[in-house]
Amino acid sequence: MKSSVIIFPGSNCDRDMDVALKKFGFENQMVWHNDAKIPKSDLIVLPGGFSYGDYLRCGSIAGKSKIIKSVIDFANSGGLVLGICNGFQILTETGLLPGILQQNKYLNFICKNVFVKIKNKENKYFKKIKKEVLELHIAHNEGNYFCSTDELKSIEDNGQIAVTYCDHKGNDDEKNNPNGALKNIAGIFNENKNILGMMPHPERMIDPFLSGEDGSLFFENLIESL
Amino acid sequence: MKVKVIVTLKNGVLDPQGKAIQQTLNGMAFDNVSEVRQGKYFDIEVNEDDESRAKSQVEEMCKKLLANLVIEDYKIL
Repeated sequence: MKSSVIIFPGSNCDRDMDVALKKFGFENQMVWHNDAKIPKSDLIVLPGGFSYGDYLRCGSIAGKSKIIKSVIDFANSGGLVLGICNGFQILTETGLLPGILQQNKYLNFICKNVFVKIKNKENKYFKKIKKEVLELHIAHNEGNYFCSTDELKSIEDNGQIAVTYCDHKGNDDEKNNPNGALKNIAGIFNENKNILGMMPHPERMIDPFLSGEDGSLFFENLIESL
Repeated sequence: MKVKVIVTLKNGVLDPQGKAIQQTLNGMAFDNVSEVRQGKYFDIEVNEDDESRAKSQVEEMCKKLLANLVIEDYKIL
């Protein structure tokens, strides 16, 4: 399986993602934002970081970069596109995913492990994961998911909520909401579930000696589902 | 010509920075400040002499890049 990680100026989780994808069997290639085309891929990843210094709005400049047209075409033809953290912000700015990630409610940069509840397994990203709750890492200043009431209704009705912040038992209530995100939303799909954007970093949880292994479950499933 | 744009958060959208500024102002004894909303201001030099053409181009810029219409409104001054 071939994957491509797009590097923008200011991306900083691109190499972690490269290591994670290769560890679980992807043949990964790194693609520069100023390239016009993406090599043949089964999966495109927009990594975390601070693309273009988070100027204007997080992800807004990257959302207009040269490579993005190819990402949008790939996504619209049903290809798998995964955006983590800043990658999620870029996906909302391109319009591939609804809503926007605003500044965290309490104005703090949050860097810690959290639990997320998998809300929909009928998709390639979570299909074969046996657990219901994963422990993953978040590190962001703008992870406060927001969308209009109409959009929220439509993403709920279409099963587009992918993961929500919760405690270790899976209670995704306001008490376990780190950043003020609407309905504790930590990640969402597009309507066809081939695009996933999420704030937590699975690529940081692939080593039991360093962090944890719930990220491994994510990548193991991904390579098996493709 | 120069076109000026102000981008603000829509009514009802949470503005935690504005809130922090308001609370700081209250703490500085500006007791009568009940709300602050923070926004962005752009000065755009467009190489165009026709005002309405320049403004309609800036309007496109607002819709496509300068504002995110999910949470923001723009005003061309």
